[in-house]
Amino acid sequence: MTVAAFTFYLFAITTVAGGLMTVISRNPVHSVLWLILAFLSSAGLFVLLGAEFVAMLLIIVYVGAVAVLFLFVVMMLDVDFAELKAEMSKYMPLALLIGVIILMQLGMAFGAWDYADAVAANVAAPTGSEQNTAALGLLIYDKYIMLFQLAGLILLVAMIGAIVLTLRHRTDIKRQNVMQQMHRDPAKSMKNINVKPGQGL
Amino acid sequence: MIGIEHYLTVSAALFVIGIFGLFLNRKNVIILLMSIELMLLAVNINFVAFSSFLGDLVGQVFTLFVLTVAAAEAAIGLAILVCFFRNRGTIDVEDVNVMKG
Repeated sequence: MTVAAFTFYLFAITTVAGGLMTVISRNPVHSVLWLILAFLSSAGLFVLLGAEFVAMLLIIVYVGAVAVLFLFVVMMLDVDFAELKAEMSKYMPLALLIGVIILMQLGMAFGAWDYADAVAANVAAPTGSEQNTAALGLLIYDKYIMLFQLAGLILLVAMIGAIVLTLRHRTDIKRQNVMQQMHRDPAKSMKNINVKPGQGL
Repeated sequence: MIGIEHYLTVSAALFVIGIFGLFLNRKNVIILLMSIELMLLAVNINFVAFSSFLGDLVGQVFTLFVLTVAAAEAAIGLAILVCFFRNRGTIDVEDVNVMKG
């Protein structure tokens, strides 16, 4: 077995095992950690495929942002997870049935597929001699600039939506009133007292 | 020699695990969202594998967009979850049957 094949099997088995443990783990914090493992090893698979930029993006976006977001929410919400997990065995037969059915369907498609005749002619952006990141940059900022901007818009909408959804104005706490602070008059709020020595106030 | 079939197998397994998780954790929305992330990851592996083996970079460009949508979806989903937990004190999705706050 060559080094490339060994690395592939290592990453593939870690990805699938991480995904499976994410789903069946009893503790949600462990689930998030298994999810991070699955993302990291699939980033390894992407590196093996020669897609370095997407691999690094996967690590930055998923492990750095999404998984941490999940971890925050899991730790912030005070939920009795044991109660939620208690009925897991009830759904196990149905879940296994549907999983096996979909796996068989995918397997049937897998045994029959083949490339179309025109597959070589349909290549829209052939991989050139430049590096992966440079080639992707040339493509994104030129041909797909509209889609790239729209992706940014989606992220903006998601950011504003998340802020609007979670923001709440609490009335039972003291707040800073800026206008009141600015309109305070030194003459009204303080006075100088001439304290005589030895007597005090 | 590792061919495209190997990558497609990993992707199919991951996708089925995602669906399995959706049915297994019907009450816990956090794990449901994680299962959806796993399915999107499987789709991304498919895109990148075909992109690499066909020598076409557009698959990787599309992976970027899938990644963007997945991140936005996770953020919105978790925000809704936090809102729901504040109102109900639980994240049991079987209670979600009315569209009122």
